[in-house]
Amino acid sequence: MEKAQFTSPWLPYLLLAPQMIIIAIFFLWPAAEAIRASFFLEDPFFGTATFVGLQNYSDAFAASDYQRTAWFTFVFVVLVSLISLGIGMMLAVSADRVLRGKGSYKTLLMWVYAIAPPVAGLIGVMLFDQHIGPLVEFVAYFGWDLQVGVDYWDTGFAMIVVATWKQVPYCFIFFLSGLQSIPTSVKEASAIDCRSETRRFWTITFPLLAPTTFFLLILNITYAMFETFGMIDQIVKDQPGNSPVTLVYKVFRDGFRGNDIGGSSAQSVILMILVLALTVAQFRLIERRIHYT
Amino acid sequence: MAVTEIDSSTESPSTTKVASADKRPRRKTRVFDHVVLLLGVLLMMGPIIVAFTTSTFDHVTIHRQGMQFGWGGEFLETYKNVLYQEGGFTGEVTGLLMTQNSLILGLGFAIGKIVVSMLAAYAIVYFRFPLATFSFWVIFTTLLLPLEVRILPSYEVVQQLGMLNTYSGLIIPLIASATGTFFFRQFFKSVPNELMEAARIDGAGPVQFFWDILVPLSKTMMAAIFIIMFVVGWNQYLWPTLMTTEEGYFTLVRGIRNIMQQMIGADIPEYNEALAMAILAMLPPALVIIIFQRMFIKGLVEQEK
Repeated sequence: MEKAQFTSPWLPYLLLAPQMIIIAIFFLWPAAEAIRASFFLEDPFFGTATFVGLQNYSDAFAASDYQRTAWFTFVFVVLVSLISLGIGMMLAVSADRVLRGKGSYKTLLMWVYAIAPPVAGLIGVMLFDQHIGPLVEFVAYFGWDLQVGVDYWDTGFAMIVVATWKQVPYCFIFFLSGLQSIPTSVKEASAIDCRSETRRFWTITFPLLAPTTFFLLILNITYAMFETFGMIDQIVKDQPGNSPVTLVYKVFRDGFRGNDIGGSSAQSVILMILVLALTVAQFRLIERRIHYT
Repeated sequence: MAVTEIDSSTESPSTTKVASADKRPRRKTRVFDHVVLLLGVLLMMGPIIVAFTTSTFDHVTIHRQGMQFGWGGEFLETYKNVLYQEGGFTGEVTGLLMTQNSLILGLGFAIGKIVVSMLAAYAIVYFRFPLATFSFWVIFTTLLLPLEVRILPSYEVVQQLGMLNTYSGLIIPLIASATGTFFFRQFFKSVPNELMEAARIDGAGPVQFFWDILVPLSKTMMAAIFIIMFVVGWNQYLWPTLMTTEEGYFTLVRGIRNIMQQMIGADIPEYNEALAMAILAMLPPALVIIIFQRMFIKGLVEQEK
């Protein structure tokens, strides 16, 4: 669709100026710097830099620490994305079906979205605390000696629980709005044709929710990769050995604590490529979505 | 555009009609749904409730007996301490000051983002100019690289500009991501063409059209984005953590990090005050979302389109 447009020699540039200046200074410059630094080996004490080509990249991939972190990130992202998607969908389907208390359920289930990841992390640290945490006490009934901050996968478990908890409301909101936008005629027709509610869900509702599901999947992956930083920062103590972290957290830790600027930048660039792939997927999806309706 | 039209036309009648179609629901399913929802509410609310009730106990009790599920009676004491007691290394920071800083960050971020992105989106959608496509792609690239990934060079840039420990250094780099611009671009594209043609016939220039027609038309959209961006701004963590080393600029969410560090060192950590701080930090964004629920959901879901 062609939009009617104004023409003016200077006005559009003036309107774009604030955005462009901010992007140039606070986005393009740092991003270019990250790419440049990824090809150099910097000496933090003398401030000198040597060009090393792709060595930072090969070092990163070869480091066992990096491989371990990448593996944990993969497990973390897959579990957080899928579990929050599942719980969110289940709650939304139920909330869409009940006649009473719909509004109250909706409010109570969605507001956790407002909680900042580090705040969620703090509460998680308490709930999983060795001395005072009720969750540790609870799993002890099942013979699980949960030791967050000591055992690698126990700590990872706590992270996955907190990150999932925080993302459920988001999925819930999108699924509920997706369900409510299914045309009434479709709902009625399927209700006449098929009395089994379960079958109706899998053959009619679920396929109609597919676009929302894909969209959420990508958002969840982005969330689990990047936005969980604050939460992880509360849960891991300063012992990298027994604390799993995600790739994004490692970029930060290597750069600021480890002073390994080149290595940290190379990791940034690797993540950049990952995000690029995710964004392309997201946009293609949105384009396809238009054909659905 | 087609999507939005279909959605809005079916929205209101759908609820009533479904109700009549499902007049005789099988009781079992309804009970099942309520059980699922109640479990969900328990899952989502439980941690917050326990955090709140625990914060009303004194820290020795918490240390001895674990997190508490009842009412401890230390509520006023603890929250007064957190809000007014001066803490930190310099002894100048109070919870109230951090709340104020969080408000500045949340409001500054939301307003700044709306102004900047509305202007940019207006230029891209409503003007024909040589660099339009190029500008669009430059803005697009900001989506590719979240701040978390380019954090080290961003910090260096802000440091070189002498913007560490300033409100502008805190807010402006966060505005660089162009999510808002895409939001408004999508919305402007769905505004009927006839409006602009009519305005042009009546002799309105681009500035007048923007101010008298487009801005009033975008009010709901602006409010929706404002709510989301306020919450996003308030909840910022990594950037404020690096940017602000002077405690006078700490936000509540930033303060969480210091609380955690103090807790690790302490014999009997001040669990109650840490949790009270967490409750304080979540209260304003939670209230905003609950009060403006409808608008918030609209703004959020609109992203999908």
